[in-house]
Amino acid sequence: MSAQATKKIEVIASGDRPILPEGARTVPVYIMGKKYLLPETLTIQKAIEYAGYQFIRACGCRGGICGACPTVWRIQGDFQLHFGLACQTVIQENMILAQIPFFPANKAVYDLEALEATGEVVAALYPEIMKCVGCNTCTRACPMDIDVMEYINAAMRGDVARAARVSFDCIQCGLCSARCPAQIAHYHVAQLCRRLYGKYILPRAAHLEKRVEEIQAGKYDGVLEDLARMDHEELRKRYVEREIEPLDSTGWEPEDKTYL
Amino acid sequence: MGYTPEMKELIKRVEATRAERIERTRRGEYFPAMTLEEREEVLRKFHPDYKPEGRREVRVGPNKGEVYPEEFVDVLEAYPRIPPERVDFSVLPTHTTDVLVIGGGGGGTAAALLASDNGCRVILATKLRHGDANTVMAEGGIQGADQEVDSPYFHFLDTIGGGHFTNRPDLVAALTRDAPLVISWLESLGMMFDKLPDGRMRVRHGGGTSRKRMHSAGDMTGSEIMRVLRDEARNRPDRIEVMEFSAAVEILKDAQGRACGALLYNMETEEYFVVRSKAVVLATGGFGRLHIQGFATTNHYGATADGLVMGYRAGVPLDFMHSTQYHPTGAAYPEQNVGLLITEKVRGLGANLLNVHGEQFVFEREPRDVESAAIIRECVERGNGIVTPVGRYGVWLDSPMIEELEGPGTIERELPAKFVQFMRYGIDIRKEPMLVYPTLHYQNGGLKITPDAETAVPGLFAAGEVTGGVHGENRLMGNSLLDITVFGRRAGRNAAEYAKGLAEEPGEPTLDHVREFVRELEEAGVDPSRISPMLLPDYTTPDVKMRQLTAHYHGTIR
Repeated sequence: MSAQATKKIEVIASGDRPILPEGARTVPVYIMGKKYLLPETLTIQKAIEYAGYQFIRACGCRGGICGACPTVWRIQGDFQLHFGLACQTVIQENMILAQIPFFPANKAVYDLEALEATGEVVAALYPEIMKCVGCNTCTRACPMDIDVMEYINAAMRGDVARAARVSFDCIQCGLCSARCPAQIAHYHVAQLCRRLYGKYILPRAAHLEKRVEEIQAGKYDGVLEDLARMDHEELRKRYVEREIEPLDSTGWEPEDKTYL
Repeated sequence: MGYTPEMKELIKRVEATRAERIERTRRGEYFPAMTLEEREEVLRKFHPDYKPEGRREVRVGPNKGEVYPEEFVDVLEAYPRIPPERVDFSVLPTHTTDVLVIGGGGGGTAAALLASDNGCRVILATKLRHGDANTVMAEGGIQGADQEVDSPYFHFLDTIGGGHFTNRPDLVAALTRDAPLVISWLESLGMMFDKLPDGRMRVRHGGGTSRKRMHSAGDMTGSEIMRVLRDEARNRPDRIEVMEFSAAVEILKDAQGRACGALLYNMETEEYFVVRSKAVVLATGGFGRLHIQGFATTNHYGATADGLVMGYRAGVPLDFMHSTQYHPTGAAYPEQNVGLLITEKVRGLGANLLNVHGEQFVFEREPRDVESAAIIRECVERGNGIVTPVGRYGVWLDSPMIEELEGPGTIERELPAKFVQFMRYGIDIRKEPMLVYPTLHYQNGGLKITPDAETAVPGLFAAGEVTGGVHGENRLMGNSLLDITVFGRRAGRNAAEYAKGLAEEPGEPTLDHVREFVRELEEAGVDPSRISPMLLPDYTTPDVKMRQLTAHYHGTIR
């Protein structure tokens, strides 16, 4: 056994305040123009907290999926504008940053039941998509690396399925809409396309519909009532004896079909 | 960036055993699963829930005398953010509605939708943005027995066996019965489920499942559910009013003891205001941000147990609050990703867990608490963990196996978010394993409810992680997204029925129950500086606090 492997640690984990390695280097970061010296390994989010801020806005899941912390920055002396999520981006020396926790965007109100999955429907609810100038600024702003302009173009062409699939990773942070010269609310357009796709283009699950009917007809009510009243010993026995579907289960059927 | 040279050396041991492990998996040979007795032993010795330290008895309220994690008792045994005598209902701005839903995650939003479906006006109040919740972070999937080889019977057995037979059986019956109904509801709302070309749901195994019933939408299942439900709520502005950055701080009760609204706090302007309603639904989620026993957490910024505190003060007993779920695979490296959830789907797709020698030490699909305890044992007792540069423990999760077992491109297709989150730090999980360690993931316990999502307080309903009992002492993957939707819907529907069935409007709101709770706190000699609900965690460093000479902290909030 290696020395590395046998090394014992007293503290096995420690909250969410960063653990800084001994002698961690600090770098200058400008939070809304004001300079702070912050440990170089931190994400923007943890660095802002390290500087002394307490978030109300611009902080959500802290894991790159909720879209609360879109952030824009430039590196001093460089003209180029960068975009990212504060919880997912490590600070850099001479970063000048600001957060955009909210950006107003037009959301159409609709009754999904009354719609069809066509380009006309999307264009009627969001006519502004037709004003896309093709600048691709939206795509460059996306922290999820989504080809935003491509899905807007797909929506313009009436290819709702493609718009849905291309936009799937969208976390609705709004950076695309903040940057768009045509004032499109991309992420709301994408949401509409995904719901149309999920409801009208993807084929319905027939086995699910059948199971829903069975449940509504009360097929499993008796079985579940019995289980809910069963003593632990009997439950344990049934749990241990239940057949496990194999990982590769093509064509597999359980031997005991009593409770299907 | 990426792994250090020392870690890269260790990865060679993982690579050395990979080909043989893949062959074994292809033959359907797995590391032996533990017997029920072996499970119990590893839990008793290594699961954080079983450690006597870090717990203490709660001295007030309906569960007086029970022992809970210290960090939770600190917020439960605490004074209100605003003393009841300072609240003058005649001057505070008041909104009126039929059903007030507190919490803007998947559970609260499902409740709001069902309450509005059932003819009620709804106010949904949430302390952050609508959708800022653990719901969006749930990646792996949602269970539902809708395949021909499966049924609610097996889902029930898996759930209650995974919970070590401690779960409230009537809640498990409700959960597993409604599951296909909920999946169908989400499908009809336009959720993009992973499907086969003919529309059949693509389903997988999760830890502790006997049949493949894990439905997914890429590795963003919770995010997709939240996006769809939130969009649907926003399509009903005439029936559902959403109040963001509005934290509920107390439940209001009328003279007859019925819930009749809440006292709320504008997080930004610091004003208090009132929502009066005929029924209240609590869907505020869990307590991950209390960092029980110092663990890192996968949880959302707002997971601070507020609903538990409010419900408890209002008189609702707690169930299973002694039990906390540590997800076996939280990222342990790089430091920027620490605590981040690595979905169980990675193991569902066939990736092995390996120690520092590149050896398997546990079956990959044990229930979560067993898997976590086995990882802790491998590191702490057997000394077979990998140690990160900042001194954290980890074991390898061999993601490159997936590309070989399921074909190239599988990781980018099935785990797009994970792929990106590691690529950012120079780790290509198609080629290199991930380093993982258990992380605080889920509050198994919570407010006690009936299968109709009722609490002990008339007019007060609760759903999701804020409740306890459905998962017993351990929750299976894919049962939390199911829990919030099943019980969110039940809470919304039943709250609406209750509101419509009231013979007369509820009486004037009071905080008498809070006064009574304060009296108990004083009698127990609780430190008067302790304040809750917490609302937000405090990550200000001690150095900064030392220099904040004129700052005032009310609880954790400046």
